[in-house]
Formats: sequence, structure tokens, C-alpha cells
Amino acid sequence: MNATTSTRTRGALGSSALRPDGIPKVQGRFAFSSDAWADSMLWGATLRSPHPHARIVSIDVSGALAINGVSAVITAKDVPGQLTYGLIASDQPVFASEVVRYAGEPVAAVAADHPETARRALDAIRVDYEVLPPLVDAEDAISGSFTPIHPDGNVIRRQRIIRGDQSFVGDVVVEGYYDVGMQDQAFLGLEAALALPDDAGGGVELFVATQWLHEDQKQIAACLGLPIEKVRLTLGGVGGAFGGREDISLQVHCCLLALTTGRPIKMQYGREESFFGHIHRHPARIFMRHHADRDGTLRRVEARIVLDGGAYASTSSAVLINAVTHMQGPYKCEMATVDGYAVRSNNPPCGAMRGFGVVQACFAHESQMDKLAAACGLDPVDIRLKNAMRTGDRLITGQVMDSVAPVERCIRETAALPLPEPLPADPDPLLIPGGAGLTARRGNITRGIGWGVSIKNLMYSEGFDDYATARCRLANGVATLQFATAEVGQGFVVLAQQIARTVLGVDTVLLEPISTAIGSAGSTSASRQTWMSGGAVDGACRLVRERLFEHVAATHHVDPLRLVIDGTDVVDSMGTLRVTVAEASHGLAFDETFEHHHRETEELDENGQGNCHVAFAFVAHRAVVDVDTELGLVKVVQVATAQDVGRVLNPLAALGQVEGGIAQGLGLAVMEEIVLENGRMRNPSFTDYLLPTALDAPDVVVSMIEEPEPQAPLGAKGIGEPPCISVTPAIVAAIRQATGKELSRVPVRPLDIVFG
Amino acid sequence: MYRLTVNGIDHEVKDAWAGESLLYVLRERLGLPGTKGACEQGECGSCTVVMDGEAVCSCLVMAATAVDADITTVEGLSLDGEPTDVQQSFVEAGGVQCGFCTPGLIVAVHHLLDRNPNPDELAIKEAISGNICRCTGYGRIFAAVELARDQRRAMQAK
Repeated sequence: MNATTSTRTRGALGSSALRPDGIPKVQGRFAFSSDAWADSMLWGATLRSPHPHARIVSIDVSGALAINGVSAVITAKDVPGQLTYGLIASDQPVFASEVVRYAGEPVAAVAADHPETARRALDAIRVDYEVLPPLVDAEDAISGSFTPIHPDGNVIRRQRIIRGDQSFVGDVVVEGYYDVGMQDQAFLGLEAALALPDDAGGGVELFVATQWLHEDQKQIAACLGLPIEKVRLTLGGVGGAFGGREDISLQVHCCLLALTTGRPIKMQYGREESFFGHIHRHPARIFMRHHADRDGTLRRVEARIVLDGGAYASTSSAVLINAVTHMQGPYKCEMATVDGYAVRSNNPPCGAMRGFGVVQACFAHESQMDKLAAACGLDPVDIRLKNAMRTGDRLITGQVMDSVAPVERCIRETAALPLPEPLPADPDPLLIPGGAGLTARRGNITRGIGWGVSIKNLMYSEGFDDYATARCRLANGVATLQFATAEVGQGFVVLAQQIARTVLGVDTVLLEPISTAIGSAGSTSASRQTWMSGGAVDGACRLVRERLFEHVAATHHVDPLRLVIDGTDVVDSMGTLRVTVAEASHGLAFDETFEHHHRETEELDENGQGNCHVAFAFVAHRAVVDVDTELGLVKVVQVATAQDVGRVLNPLAALGQVEGGIAQGLGLAVMEEIVLENGRMRNPSFTDYLLPTALDAPDVVVSMIEEPEPQAPLGAKGIGEPPCISVTPAIVAAIRQATGKELSRVPVRPLDIVFG
Repeated sequence: MYRLTVNGIDHEVKDAWAGESLLYVLRERLGLPGTKGACEQGECGSCTVVMDGEAVCSCLVMAATAVDADITTVEGLSLDGEPTDVQQSFVEAGGVQCGFCTPGLIVAVHHLLDRNPNPDELAIKEAISGNICRCTGYGRIFAAVELARDQRRAMQAK
């Protein structure tokens, strides 16, 4: 796909319009939240618990306050409003007071004149802990044998799915346990914010990198004990998110320090603190048993899935729902027995990360499909084609699949993409496993090919109305858009301009600052902003266009229903009138606001039945790997993918989402894991938490499957999450093929390959 | 007090703690926030600047030791405010998403193309393998570097 050469004419929908923040970003002029600065600002810093579980006996802050340059030290007793926050359950303390439940939990915060003074102040705070045994095994949380570590209990949510004959046994039965390690979002732009107290002292303004301004605003205001309008948020430039900025991190601390000192407060985490300061992808243990007819037709899935939510709930209950409802994969299956738990432990809290529960489910169901293929004597492609889900099929929740569901086409188009050249006899060392380490020998390298296919829900589920708001103003041929949609890198800012150009026939589209000055746009997550905020911008632009057409119609005595936009003109579709939008809107201003809501969904009942999801997208991945079987080193050579996208609105941006997601799925497959030892992180740094580099990036070949989705405002499905989901099992399947090892956990480590 | 030469301009650094990194001084004292910090240990390349002709991680350089060096940051690549060829290529080829790794990459790619005007695919990958990007998966970044390389080559052929 040669995205860069596709048309950019006018930057309308379907073109590779260039993002408006591109030039400022390449010149270093784009203001990230960490670049925010104010006269007389102080630096905030956070004291964190070194223990995964302990009682706080006493906190003595006098030593910190005695340091020259320290303006404030705050602890739980200084929180004026609600003492806890949380996205779904308000169960996480702003500061731990009586007990700490994970290593890294905030205990106090300071404001000082220099980051180094702040660090010294943290060192001078004396906290006396009575260390308690940590609950670190999810099965202990389920068993009830461990005293609850939180008043809300050790099980955050349990959800079963019961459908069809519960005693059915297939002609062919395959089963296995699968483990998924804890992955980090590892966005590059660390958590950062600048809080400015009002002159009157009654409120606060926060510039912050987040995924959802209005949810932050609600939670911050509650903790500060302020009316919501006293807390105003503006999006500071966001250096990536991937789910890791959906929860509160430093927001409340930063605002509270600003209100306490009456001075602007800048807070920013370093990389190590970032690992403690945000939630991670849930580690999972999954048992699955597939029942099929002898010809490979899938009949029943059984699964038990346990997600370790860590110390606080975050979005664990929603992640669990995604995991259990996606256990069948993108395959028709009439019977199911699924039991899922999201548990609380003294491990670091887990919540949203790109793929949101489906990543874990997919690794299990795709590993199972390969086992089923082998048991039935089919190849991995044929077993998937045979069972591919179609529009109209009923899911294991009883919900009818009414999204466009081109699963078979995803598989066939992926299979049709070219395979890479064989590894040459004398390859450059950089191209083989181990790379510049020069460790691998050509003779020990074996190539493997593997498959993964996935289904992913779009938008929020279970009755949540995650609407989006946008405003459009047209004056003198220039459109101005306003929305609170968090631009985290995905490119909504260019998509919004493309929509306005297309709907209104304007060339110039200005964007207001992204802030809480307008209604909520919901979260930049769940692959939802193109659909939801895109729908809102489209709706607002259409309302403005109606007003414009009414005006043109009245001026020229034609029926407004006959008017259309053609390029940058208003045209009478049944006559000769043609007037430019600039002329037609000269001296006028049309201003409209629109809220886009998706259709209603339902909560699951106790048997996991209900129409809980809005819509779905699909993708297939084929991975080719080279493995040094002696050293256990892997080089992912190529990933081929065909993705169900509905409609491509910006080819360049779409390709970037696909390639970026694949790199993250590769990371989970063979590199990325937060390693825990009795509740403590062993590798909270970029030296020890390995991320894919340019030399790890595989060749990616892409086919975009465009079958417009009737439910979607622009015909386009969300495309952010699917790329990172089934690529992980595809890579592991390829390593299995190359090595013959079972490999039931990700990331696959060298030891798993050599000794597994 | 010490002095630093950044982007050809002589700066006075007053009242600074001697332990401050070059990254911190550039961002917080000299008003040059284009250089980003993301790992504080030289792993991610977000803070790449050119010091006496070498690309370095400014988070690992003590500012007070850089007094005699000629330092170039992302802000100094273009003196007239117009984007450089590499900067323009990154935008046009889709090499920018969140943009946090971008300034470091831009400096690294300028450094690469200034030393080696004709890097092949592997040389490009190796040259930027110290710059982590979490958004793009690198595909469009490779395309951006190739675009800048090819444009320079075409200019020279004329």
C-alpha cells in the first residue's frame, strides 16, 4: 500500500490529509503536557510505598517541611473531598492512609522550588510501616482463604457465560492452559501536568495529558470537594496513551498542591515512577477446552479465565466482560461454558490497555484453534475458514452479530499477501535472531509461519452511554470545530478537519483548544473516537450545512432540499445555481452543537446473556519468524494482515495504526513483560522492560478490507485495537511451528524455547 | 555560572545546581523544550542532540561538562523557521503520531544523512535503533527517512 502517494486533494475524507500538528511536532514546537510552564511554578513529587502490603503506623512530614525550598507536604488527611477515586468503582485512595495495597502506592506529595529539592523532601518524610504478607496469587483471592485486602473484597467481578447444552462433548476435544504476562503501555510522553490555582483561590485549571478530560474532571472535583465548574481541564499535548491514561495518576495530587500553595504546580513522572503511576494490562491465566465435530466444526467452548486486577478495581470489571464475551473468537459456536474472574491482589493495579481483555482471550482461543486443526488433520487456515463467523450468527452471549463481519475475507486476503523471501545463506547479522549481538548461527535458524484471527468490540459496553459532543461554526468560508476528544497521537485532529472539509465544502478548518469548555467526547479508547467523535463532528457539520442551505435557498429562491456540496461550492442539483461556500457564508455565522450517541446496550445477566456490545471489527494476521532454536532467540520477519475497517478515511493514518498496533502485539509476543516478585516490580525501566526497536520491526504487508459499516456514522469502524490483538498468537504459533514447543505463555522467553 | 553554546547561540546558565543534566538545562533553563525526556537512562533516544558532531542522549550528559561543546537541538536544525527536508518528510510520510519521540528522531536522522547520504534500509534501521517509537511501529518512519534520502539524492543529481 503506497499511502504517501494517494490523493491529498483538499484533504477531504478518503485522502491522506496531513495532520495539523505535524509541523509543530517535527520542529519541537508542539507543547506536550511536560512542556507546560508558568511563572513562579513549583515542582510536585510523590512519595510511594516500597511495600506491596503494609499498615501505615505513622507519617512524619516535619523533616521535609524543614527543608529550604519546600512549600507543602500533603497526605491523606489533607484531601478535602472524597478520599478515593476510580473509573468504575471509587476504591483507590488519593493517598494511602491506614494501609498500602501495592508497591508504589502514593502516600504523600510535596511541592518544592526544584525537582531535586522535591526529591530530597520525599527522602525526609518518615513513614513507619508494619509490613503485611502480600496477596499476590490470583487463585488465593478467589479461594477466599486470604483476608480481604480491601473493604470491597478480593473478587472485583465474576461473570459466567452459560449457553446451550452444558454436557455436550465433541468428537474432538482439545484443551490447554494459557498465561499472559503483564504488559505496560509504555507511552513515550511521561505523565505530566501543570495546575494553576484561580486568582480567587476557589478553583483550579489543569493542563494534563489524559484520554478523557471530563471523566478526570469529575473525579478530581469530587476529591477536591469542589463543584465541577471550579475544575477546568485543557488537554496538554499527549505523548501516546494506549489505555494507560484512562485512570487518574497525578491529577488530584497536582491540583491539591496548587490549591494548598496558591502557586502553579508542575508534576511529571520519570520513567520508573511511570511504571508505578499507571495501570497495566491484566496478566491472565486461562484454561480452555474446545469441542468440535470430526470435520473441525466448532461446537462448544469451555473456558475459565482469571485476570489479576492488582490492588484497585480501575476498569477490571469491564476488561473481564470483554475477555469472557470474546472467548469464542471470530468463530461460530453455539454452546459455551465460561467462568471469568477479575480479582484484587497486592500486585500493581491493572486496567485498560489497547485490546482491553480481548488480547488475553485471543491468545488462548487462537492457540486452541491450532490444536484443533492438528487434531482434525486440517491446516491452520482451513480450520479458521471452516468456522469463520458471519453477519447474522449468534454469539455466545446470545447477541446477534449485526456488524459487517468479513472474517472469511480477512483470512483469505491475508493468505493472498506475499510471503517474504527465504533467509539467505549468508544473511547480514542484523537480520537474524540476536541481531547486533552476533550470537546466532545461520545453521541453527529455523523459519516458522503462524496464524491469528480476532474479533474486537467497538465502543463501551453494558449499557454505558459513552456519547461524544462536537461544535461547528461556519463563518466567511472558514469552519471552526470544538470538541473535548483527547488527541493522543491517533490523528483525530486531522480526521475532524477532513470531515468538515467534506461535509461543508471548506478548505480552512480551525480547531479550538481541546478542553472541558464543551461537553464530553468520552474516552479516546475502545477504538471509538472515529465512530463517536467522528459522528459528533459529522453531525455538527451537517446541522451547519442545513442552516447554510436554508440561507442559500432563501436568497436564491430554490428548495433547500435540492442543494448539495460539490467540492467547495453549494450547487443546485436540479438547476444551474452554483455559489462558493465562502461567498454563501460571507458575513454570516452558523454555529451548531451535536451529540452522537451509539445505540443502547444491555448488561449481561447471570448467565452472561445479553446484547452487551455495540459493534465489532475483525482482523487476521499471518506471522513469519526466524528462530535460533539453540539460543531461543526470535526475529519476526514479516506480518501480513487484512483488517476489516469499514472504510478507510485517511490511508496514511490507517496504515500507521495498523503498523503501530502490530509492533505492540509483537512486544507482548516476545519481549514485553513487567516481571513481579512477591508484588514488587523487578524491571521498571526501559533498560529492563524491553520495547521493540527499529531493528525488531517486521516487514508489514497490509490489506484494508473496506465494507462500509451501516451503523457507523462515516461507514468506518474503529481501527486502533484490532492490529495488536491476533498478531501475538500468530507470532507464537509461528515460533511453535519452527520449534515444535508448546509455548503456552506470552511473552515467549528464550528459556521457554530452549527448555520448554 | 557557566556558558553553553546551543544552536550557535551563547547562553549563560546562572544559579544552576551542578548535577543538572543537559536535557534539564535545555528544557528548563534555556527555554528549549523541543528536546524530550522519556527514560532518563539513554535507552529511548527522545533526548537526542548533536554535540560536537556526535549524536548523544542529553539526559546522560551533565550540562556543566558541556561548556566547550557545540550543541545542536531540534530547534536549531532550521534557522529560518521553515521545516527541514527531514522534518517535512516525517510529516508527509506519516512518521508522526503522538510526536514525542519525533524531535530525537529528527536529530538522529539529520545526523545520519549528514554522515551517510545514501543509507540503505539496514543502515537506516541501525542508525535509529536507539530511538524508541511506541506509536508507529517504525514503518512510516522508515518511509520518511527514505523519502528524505531520495530527495537529497535527486537534488544532488541535478
